[in-house]
Amino acid sequence: MATDDVKLIGSWASVFVMRARIALHLKSISYEFLQETFGSKSELLLKSNPVHKKMPVLIHADKPVCESNIIVQYIDEAWTSSGPSILPSHPYDRAIARFWAAYIDDQWFISLRSILTAQGEEEKNAAIAQVEERTEILEKAFIDCSKGKPFFNGDHIGYLDIALGSFLGWWRVVELDANHKFLDETKAPSLAKWAERFCDDPAVKPIMPEITKLAEFARKLFPKPQA
Amino acid sequence: MAERSESEEVKLLGMWASPFSRRIEIALTLKGVSYEFSEEDITNKSSLLLQLNPVYKMIPVLVHNGKPISESLVILEYIDETWRDNPILPQDPYEKAMARFWAKFVDEQIYVTAMKVVGKIGEERDAVVEATRDLLMFLEKELVGKDFFGGRSLGFVDIVATLVAFWLMRTEEIVGVKVVPVDKFPEIHRWVKNLLGNDVIKKCIPPEDEHLQYIRARMEKLNVKSA
Repeated sequence: MATDDVKLIGSWASVFVMRARIALHLKSISYEFLQETFGSKSELLLKSNPVHKKMPVLIHADKPVCESNIIVQYIDEAWTSSGPSILPSHPYDRAIARFWAAYIDDQWFISLRSILTAQGEEEKNAAIAQVEERTEILEKAFIDCSKGKPFFNGDHIGYLDIALGSFLGWWRVVELDANHKFLDETKAPSLAKWAERFCDDPAVKPIMPEITKLAEFARKLFPKPQA
Repeated sequence: MAERSESEEVKLLGMWASPFSRRIEIALTLKGVSYEFSEEDITNKSSLLLQLNPVYKMIPVLVHNGKPISESLVILEYIDETWRDNPILPQDPYEKAMARFWAKFVDEQIYVTAMKVVGKIGEERDAVVEATRDLLMFLEKELVGKDFFGGRSLGFVDIVATLVAFWLMRTEEIVGVKVVPVDKFPEIHRWVKNLLGNDVIKKCIPPEDEHLQYIRARMEKLNVKSA
């Protein structure tokens, strides 16, 4: 299609950047991936996202779009003729997808992150218990949304799959770090199978970071206190 | 047989003094949608509310033909997509993305920061007021040359930002801090006047005297010092 000027400011390790990249891949949009250096913020990032100074930022024909879920919706709406629809077509299904995507960011992710930032065993165990609880809620949400199909969005990956699926690399890193499995066949059977399918999707596979590389990066981002 | 219009069986579980509930009423009224309002006692939540929003157990909840939707921003988008008269969100994908961005900014940044003013005194309070003002400056700049955030008429961001106009700014009187002084925020003040010139807004915001009384009573309960 037309070579629209599309740039994405981000990083290979960021969950939120990954959402934008999957959406771009789904729509077969070529883009320039401008990777930020860890520990500093580029001029372009600060100029394009003066409010939050965070990645990802999608720059389309020089116009910046910020916030990962907003970017994904933008990609879906700006490129309607290429690739599958990312959001469901019926307003009620769209509302449900948006509801759960917000839950993932506002509730589930916060507790997952708490595992990595926890000080001491007690805090860590409390965070783990909270993630268990919230994952159970997402397991039920998957069953409700998928209605027997392989993805939250039905036959193909969509908005909600992308919202949660982008976390899978980091989720695995957290499992290894905490020595605790969340996505297993007994506790979250549907999500466990969904996770495999999601990671195998052609729009996801080339972008999902390698777990060992991510774990190494996690140690930099969340250094353990010196004994 | 002609199909009944989509506007049958619309129920809103809400609370008269909540900005999140009132914004839904504004949207429904703008679109001419008749709805049944069910006032919730948030200190004694109904079993219906708990059943319809088991995840957050909060108002507002919109119920359309028996199907519940929670989270005010999600509800607003659902309303806009279901009842097409008087659109709330812009058509253009970029403008839409910007509207979503600013709405999220109001709820996640301004609201969260401004709430911290309550219950603080002295230097701590000054710091929060300063932080709130820094955030409000972004909205101030957005309004330059516009009657509303939506342009010539009310839109998504205006509806969401009524939180600033009729909650944050009303609380100033009681908390005794001019968080939004007119000399620093002339555009915001002009915008509030424009809002007050709109019949739907006038009809849907909580009546001022009762509202102030309610806020005072709540603050007294929380043992907050007022001016």
